[in-house]
Amino acid sequence: MENSLREKVLTRNIGPDLVPADMESYEANGGYKALHKVMSGMSPNDCLEVIKASNLRGRGGAGFPTGMKWSFVPMGDKCSPGHKYLVCNADEMEPGTFKDRLLMECDPHQLIEGMILAAYTIQADRSYIFIRGEYLVAIERLEQALADCYKRGYLGNNILGSGYDLEMHVHTSAGRYICGEETALINALEGKRANPRAKPPFPQVSGLWGRPTIVNNVETLCNISHIIDKGAEWFQSLGIGEDSGTKMFGASGHVKNPGCWELPMGTPIREILEKYAGGMADGRKLKGFLPGGGSTDFLVEEHLDLPMDYGSIGSAGSRMGTGTMIILDDKTCPVGMVLNLLRFFAHESCGFCTPCREGLPWTRQVLEDIESGRGRKEDLETLVRQVKYIGAIGNTHCALAPGAMEPLQSALKYFQSDFDAHVEQGCCPYTQGERV
Amino acid sequence: MSQQLIQSDVALSAEETRQIDAELAHMPQKSGAAIDALKIVQRHRGWVSDESLIAIARYLEMSPETLEGVATFYNLIYRKPVGKKVVLFCDSVSCWICGCDGVKQKITEKLGVDYGETTADNQYTLIPVPCLGACDKAPVMMVGDDLHTHLDNEKIDQIFAGKLSDGEGS
Ligand SMILES: Cc1cc2nc3c(=O)[nH]c(=O)nc-3n(C[C@H](O)[C@H](O)[C@H](O)COP(=O)(O)O)c2cc1C
Ligand code: SF4
Ligand code: FES
Repeated sequence: MENSLREKVLTRNIGPDLVPADMESYEANGGYKALHKVMSGMSPNDCLEVIKASNLRGRGGAGFPTGMKWSFVPMGDKCSPGHKYLVCNADEMEPGTFKDRLLMECDPHQLIEGMILAAYTIQADRSYIFIRGEYLVAIERLEQALADCYKRGYLGNNILGSGYDLEMHVHTSAGRYICGEETALINALEGKRANPRAKPPFPQVSGLWGRPTIVNNVETLCNISHIIDKGAEWFQSLGIGEDSGTKMFGASGHVKNPGCWELPMGTPIREILEKYAGGMADGRKLKGFLPGGGSTDFLVEEHLDLPMDYGSIGSAGSRMGTGTMIILDDKTCPVGMVLNLLRFFAHESCGFCTPCREGLPWTRQVLEDIESGRGRKEDLETLVRQVKYIGAIGNTHCALAPGAMEPLQSALKYFQSDFDAHVEQGCCPYTQGERV
Repeated sequence: MSQQLIQSDVALSAEETRQIDAELAHMPQKSGAAIDALKIVQRHRGWVSDESLIAIARYLEMSPETLEGVATFYNLIYRKPVGKKVVLFCDSVSCWICGCDGVKQKITEKLGVDYGETTADNQYTLIPVPCLGACDKAPVMMVGDDLHTHLDNEKIDQIFAGKLSDGEGS
C-alpha cells in the first residue's frame, strides 16, 4: 500500500505491518461515525437511497447493484411479523481469491459497522457472518470485535438509544465451496446439506427459515459505512470509469510481487500487473490470466489495457468476478491449469443435478487423459461439446457448473495449439507428463 | 449407517452441551446448530464417531440419518479418526502454479502418508483443501491451527522435524 496519493477507503486501517485495528484505533480513525449519524436521525429509507445513488455493486462476483437488491426486502406493513436476516458471505473459497480474508483479519470493525448499517436499512433484527472454518484468525478477531460492540451498545437492544435492536453472530462453516452460493449458504446456515435452492422465491422475500434475507459479500459490506459517512457522489468519484468506488484487486502466480491492493474501480489491468504486482517473475512471460478467480474466462496480452470494471471485462468475454487475478506464465501448462480447476469443481459439485454431478468428473477425466498424453483428437471435440452443454446457463440448477466451464472454454480458444500439442506429442510439452 | 449404532450412545459431556447451548441461543430452530454441534464435538473428541453422531442428533432432536447426511456433506467434518493434527494442504490453482505438487510429494515422502492417511505415530493426517485464501504466499498449508506459507522442501523438513514451532513458518 505504498501509493500515498491513492485514496484508501477499505484499507485505510491496514498498514504494511498488518496490525489489526481494534475498537480504539478504529474509532480514532473515524470508525462508527456513520453508525452514530444513522442512529441519530437517518431513516432506513434515507440509507437505502444513499446506497442506491452510490451505484455500489456486489463484490462477491456477480456485481449485482446492492441498493436494488436491498429494495426487494418487504418493509413496514408489507412485511409479515417475524425476523428478518442480514448475512455476510465470508465463505471465500473461489480458487485464487484472497481479499476478504485480509479485510476481516485486519479491520473486523469495518465489516461489522457495514453490517449494522445494512441490517438497519432493511430492518433486520438478526445477522450472521458465515465464514469458512479455516479462517481461524479472522474468526477470533471478529468474535472479539463483536463482544466489544455489544459492550459499547453498538449491538444488542436499543442500539445507541435509537430503539433499533440487532443480534449478530459468527457462524463457522465446515468446508464446501457451494456454501458460497447464496441459497446454498442459507441451507447451510439452517444446518442442512448445502444444496442451492430454486429461485424464485428469492431470498430477499423468503430466505433463512422462510424469512426475508439479504446475503452480501464481505467487501460489499465493508463499503457501506464509508458511503453513508461521505455520500454517494464521493463514492462515485472514486472510480475511474463507469463503476463506482474502489476495489480490492490482486495477483497470484509467477509475478514478482504477488499481493492484494485497493485501487480505483476501473484501474487498467496493465497498471495492476506492472506497477503493483511488479511484472512477471524473472525468466517468465505472461501467457494469460483469469481476471477474477477460478470461474472466470481467460484473458490474454491483448486485453492488458482494459480497465478492471464490470462492463469492460464483460465485453472482452470474461467476468471481473472477485477481482483477484490468477496469472498463467509461459512455463506453466495451460491444460494442467484447467485440469487443476476442473478437479476442484468436480470435487465441489454438490451432486444435486446431473449435468454437473456427472458432467464435471467426465470433463476432468478427458483433461486428465490429454494432460497425461493419452488424449486423442476426438477428445478435443468432446471438450467443446461439454462446454456447450454443461456451460449453458439454465442446464444446471446453479452457477457452479457454468462457472467451471469458463476457464476451459476460453483456454480452448486462446491455447488451442497447446491442447493440440499434447495430443500430437503424446505427452505434456511443458513437463513431459511429470505433473499428472 | 450401520445397525449397531442405533443402540449405542456416548453421552455429550457437560462442556460439549454448554458450548452447543451457546450456539442454540443464536438459532430459531435446534437443527440450525447441527454443523456447530458436529464441530464442537469434533473439537473435543478429534472426530465424529457413529456414537457421537447419535448423541448429537438426539440432543438436537434430529434423526441420525439426517444428521449423517449433513456430516458427510462437509469436507471438514471427520467421520473417521484423524491424527493429532490435520494437515490441510492447498492444492488449488495458484498453489499449483507455484509448484505445490512437488511439495506434496515431499510431504508424502517425509511423513509416509498420502491424502486421507494418518502417520503411524498418529501425529498427522494429510488432507487436501481448496484455496486457503493466501494465494499471494503460495504454496501454503495449515498444520493444526497454523498457516504455513511459501512452502518448499526445506520448509517441509523444518516444519515436520519439530525444529520450527508451529506458526513460525509462515
Ligand atoms: C458456486 C458459487 C460460489 C460462490 N461463492 C461465494 C463466496 O465465497 N463469497 C461470496 O461473497 N459470494 C460467492 N458467490 C456469490 C453469491 O452467490 C452471491 O452472489 C453473493 O454473496 C452476493 O453478494 P454481493 O451482492 O455483495 O456480491 C458464489 C456463487 C456461486 C455460484
Ligand atoms: S450445478 Fe452443480 S453445484 Fe449447482 S446445484 Fe447442480 S450439482 Fe449442485
Ligand atoms: S490457491 Fe492455495 S491459497 Fe489460494
